[in-house]
Amino acid sequence: MVVRSELTDAEVDAIFQALADATRRDILARVIEREQSVSAIAERYTMSFAAVQKHVAVLERALLVTKERRGREQIVHAHPQSIEHARRLLDDYERLWRSRIHRMQDILDEGNA
Amino acid sequence: MAHISSVKDTEALTLTVTAEFDGQTVERLWRLWADREQLQRWWGPPGWPATFTRHDFDVPGTSIYFMQGPEGDRHYGWWRFHEIAMPERLRIEDGFGDAEGNPDPEMPESGEMIVDFEPTDAGARFSIRSVFSSLEQLDALIEMGQEEGMKLALGQVDEILAEDAQVR
Repeated sequence: MVVRSELTDAEVDAIFQALADATRRDILARVIEREQSVSAIAERYTMSFAAVQKHVAVLERALLVTKERRGREQIVHAHPQSIEHARRLLDDYERLWRSRIHRMQDILDEGNA
Repeated sequence: MAHISSVKDTEALTLTVTAEFDGQTVERLWRLWADREQLQRWWGPPGWPATFTRHDFDVPGTSIYFMQGPEGDRHYGWWRFHEIAMPERLRIEDGFGDAEGNPDPEMPESGEMIVDFEPTDAGARFSIRSVFSSLEQLDALIEMGQEEGMKLALGQVDEILAEDAQVR
């Protein structure tokens, strides 16, 4: 099973730069839980609204979130495809380890015979 | 029967796989890693058996192995031991390279495995934490020579699911 990235190198770099910051990871975790406006997010932090808006913009460039204008509010949604991609890769790596552990069990069983 | 469970952190790109073995000791599980003969029987994916040409189980120490594919093609890899705290913890850097254990810049960058061993009421367990530096690295690692292993491992899914049911 060959798993190929649908993301370009530049996109992958943007994702990791975006996630390198604790505030941005925190913002992402909040919007994964439920969509919310930039002002609702900003209320959670001591930094300025403009600073929060900049963090959201970095997440947006990394395709981790999308922003939508609704009346006077800007609503931020998580963009699950990038996160889903990471999850699928980790699943594949886990399968490799499960297969190794089964072989370990065979070796251990021989020792008990 | 091994009880296997896992925890994935998609944001920190970390996978922790825990395997519990009833009726085993920590020292016995440790030998699966320390003993070259045993190690080479489980490391390579099915269809890609691993041969360890060197296994200096020491800090600093290097292991060199190759996995041989069904067509006879060889892929070389290396380990560097960063910590060997017998029988509690192993910290190993692993990567791909040449027959002398030199890293190959064309290959996926190296990764780190941290293996913690612990006794349990029923036997012993270890957990392997793999930390990836980027999605790109993880992607490349999975693509690299592991396709065969994945296909065969998928055939074991039913068995694995049955085992999971035994894990709380």
